[in-house]
Amino acid sequence: MSETARTTIDQSEVDRFSAMAAEWWDPTGKFRPLHKFNPVRLAYIRDKVAEHFGRDPRGPQPLKGLRLLDIGCGGGLLSEPMARMGADVLGADASEKNIGIAKTHAAGSGVAVDYRAVTAEALAEAGESFDIVLNMEVVEHVADVDFFMTTCAHMVRPGGLMFVATINRTMKAAALAIFAAENVLRWLPRGTHQYEKLVRPDELEKPLVVNGLEVTERTGVFFNPLANQWNLSKDMDVNYMIVAKRPL
Amino acid sequence: MLDILIAGGGYVGLSLAVSLKKAAPHLDVMVIDGAPEGAWKKDQRASAVASAAERMLDVLGVWDQIAPEAEPIRRMVITDSKAADPVRPVFLTFDGDGGDGRPFAHMVPNTAMVGALRGACDELGVVNRQSTMVETFKSGDHAVDVTLAGGEKLEARLLVACDGVRSRLRDAAGIKTVEFDYGQSGIVTTVEHERPHDGTAEEHFLPAGPFATLPLKNNRSSLVWTERTEDAERLVKGDDFLFEEELERRFGHKLGHLKVVGGRRAFPLGLTLARDFVKPRFVLAGDAAHGIHPISGQGLNLGFKDVAALAETIVEADRLGLDIGSLAVLERYQTWRRFDTFRMGVTTDVLNRLFSNDITPVRIARDFGLGIVDRLPSLKNFFIRQAAGIAGEADPRLLSGQPI
Repeated sequence: MSETARTTIDQSEVDRFSAMAAEWWDPTGKFRPLHKFNPVRLAYIRDKVAEHFGRDPRGPQPLKGLRLLDIGCGGGLLSEPMARMGADVLGADASEKNIGIAKTHAAGSGVAVDYRAVTAEALAEAGESFDIVLNMEVVEHVADVDFFMTTCAHMVRPGGLMFVATINRTMKAAALAIFAAENVLRWLPRGTHQYEKLVRPDELEKPLVVNGLEVTERTGVFFNPLANQWNLSKDMDVNYMIVAKRPL
Repeated sequence: MLDILIAGGGYVGLSLAVSLKKAAPHLDVMVIDGAPEGAWKKDQRASAVASAAERMLDVLGVWDQIAPEAEPIRRMVITDSKAADPVRPVFLTFDGDGGDGRPFAHMVPNTAMVGALRGACDELGVVNRQSTMVETFKSGDHAVDVTLAGGEKLEARLLVACDGVRSRLRDAAGIKTVEFDYGQSGIVTTVEHERPHDGTAEEHFLPAGPFATLPLKNNRSSLVWTERTEDAERLVKGDDFLFEEELERRFGHKLGHLKVVGGRRAFPLGLTLARDFVKPRFVLAGDAAHGIHPISGQGLNLGFKDVAALAETIVEADRLGLDIGSLAVLERYQTWRRFDTFRMGVTTDVLNRLFSNDITPVRIARDFGLGIVDRLPSLKNFFIRQAAGIAGEADPRLLSGQPI
C-alpha cells in the first residue's frame, strides 16, 4: 500500500489496545465492561440473524453455514462465541498482538476461527465477502469513518447483514460513557474514548445507504447499575446498535 | 473433555444434570458420588417439596413417577406452647394452595425423588458414577483439571460442587463460609399413628426448638424434632422406651397410639453460608452454598432454586456460544442466588432465635405477632407464597413450570 493511500488505521489506537492485549480474556481486568456487555450484544446479533436467515435462535448452532467477518476483533471476545454458534468466522484486527492473543486463546478453547492481522481495506481489496459483517465497538477507534463504513459495506453479500455498535456523540455520552466510565467508576482505562471520535447514527448510516445497504433496525443499549447488567433501550443517546441489510 | 462435571449425586446434583441435559442434549454431563452403588436406597428420610419445586420436577419429566409416593400437605398448623400444656392454642393455620390448585407442598420420600432423577439421568445419557470422588482440582484458562480418588484424571469446562453442607470442594477452592452454630440438632425419624393426619403439617415451637410433623402416606408422619445437641444425642442413642416416651409427650395423643418406624438420626443444625458461590470454572450449589436451619423447611427448595438458576445460566450462555466455565458467565448465577439465600438464611436465623427461647416478653411478643399474621389475609398470603417457594419476580423458568 502506498503512503498516500487512504487508511482507516489510527496507529495510536492500535498501540493502546496492543498494550492491553494480555488482559482481553480476564473478566475482572481492563475489559470487564466488554465481558459484561457481551451477552446482550451476542443475543441481539443471534436473534436478528436467526430472524433474517430463518433459523431457530435457541437451537444448536443457529449461525451454521454463514460466513462472518468480525472486524476489529481484538482478543476474539465475539469471534469465539460466533464460531461456537456455527458461523464460519474471519476475525480481523490491525494489531498483530491482539491477533496473537486471539489465536492462542481459540486454540486452547478448541474453537476454529480464521484470525488475521489485516485491515478492512485489504480484505475488501482481496475481494472477500460475507453473509454477516460485525462492526462492534470499532468505529469510534478508526481514522476515517466514512471510508471505513464504505469499505465494510462493500463486503456485505446480497441478502447479508451488517451490525454496527458504538457510542453516540452527545453530551450525555460524554458525561456517562467517557467521564463517568473512565474517571468516576473506573470501568475503562482513561483515554479509551475521545469525544471528537464518537460517531452519530446518521454519520454511520449515510455511507451505508450510499453503498446500497438498507438500515433495518436501530436500538439503544443502556446500563442498569442496579441490576448490574446491560439492557436494550429506546434511548440511543449513549450506546447504540444498528442493523443494515443488502437487499438480494 | 467433559462440559460439566457434577460432584455429588444427591437431589441437587442429579436434578442439575437432568435440567442441563434436557435443555441442551449436546452437553457432556457426568455426575460422580462417593457413596457405593445403591446406597441411596437406604435413605429413610422424606423431604417437603414446595409447589414451585414440584413444577420444576414436572418439567423435568419425573414428577409423574414421584407422585404416587408423595403425600400432599394441605394444611399447616403452627403452635407456640410449652410441651406440658394439655391443649395447645393454635396461632396460625394455613389452608391454601401454591397456585393453580396444587397443594403448597408434598412430602416425598428421598428414595422416590432420587430414584426418579437417576432414571431420568440414564435416559438422557448422563454418566453416573458411584464410589469415587474428586481428590484435587485446578482451574485453568480453558478447563478444570480434576484428579479422582484412585488417580484417574478428568478434564471439564466446569466443575459443580453439590457435595453438601460440609463441602470438601468448597474448602479446596478456598471459599470461606460464615457460620453460626446453634448448639441444636434435629432428630429425624418416622412414626406410625392410629388415626389419619388429613394432610396436616404441624410445627410446634417448643422452648428447645421447633418440633415439626409432616404427613406421609399410610397414617405415617415424618418428624423433625429439634433439641440441644447433647440432649438430641442422648435421645437418639438411648433406649427405645425413653425415646417413645419423650416423643409422645411432644407429639400429643390426638392421632392415637404412636409407633416409631425406621431408624432415628440426629443432624447438627447451623447456618453455613459460603462467601462466594463461584470461582473460575467452579460453582457451589445446594447445601454446599448454604446450609440453613430447617425451621422453615426451605433447605431443599433453596437447592432446587439454585439448580433452576444455574441450569438456566449455563444453557443460555451455551446458546450464545459463551464459555460456560468463565467467571463472566457464572457471576450471573451468583448475583441471582446470593441475595435470596442470604435473605432466607437471615429470616430463618431470626425465626429460630425468636422461637427457641422461653423468655416471657418474647413469648408474648411472638404470640401477638402470629395472632396478627393470622388476621391479615395479605400478610398470611405472603407467608404462604414464601413457604410454597413462589415468591419473587425473577424466578428461574423451571420453577415457573417453563422449560429453559
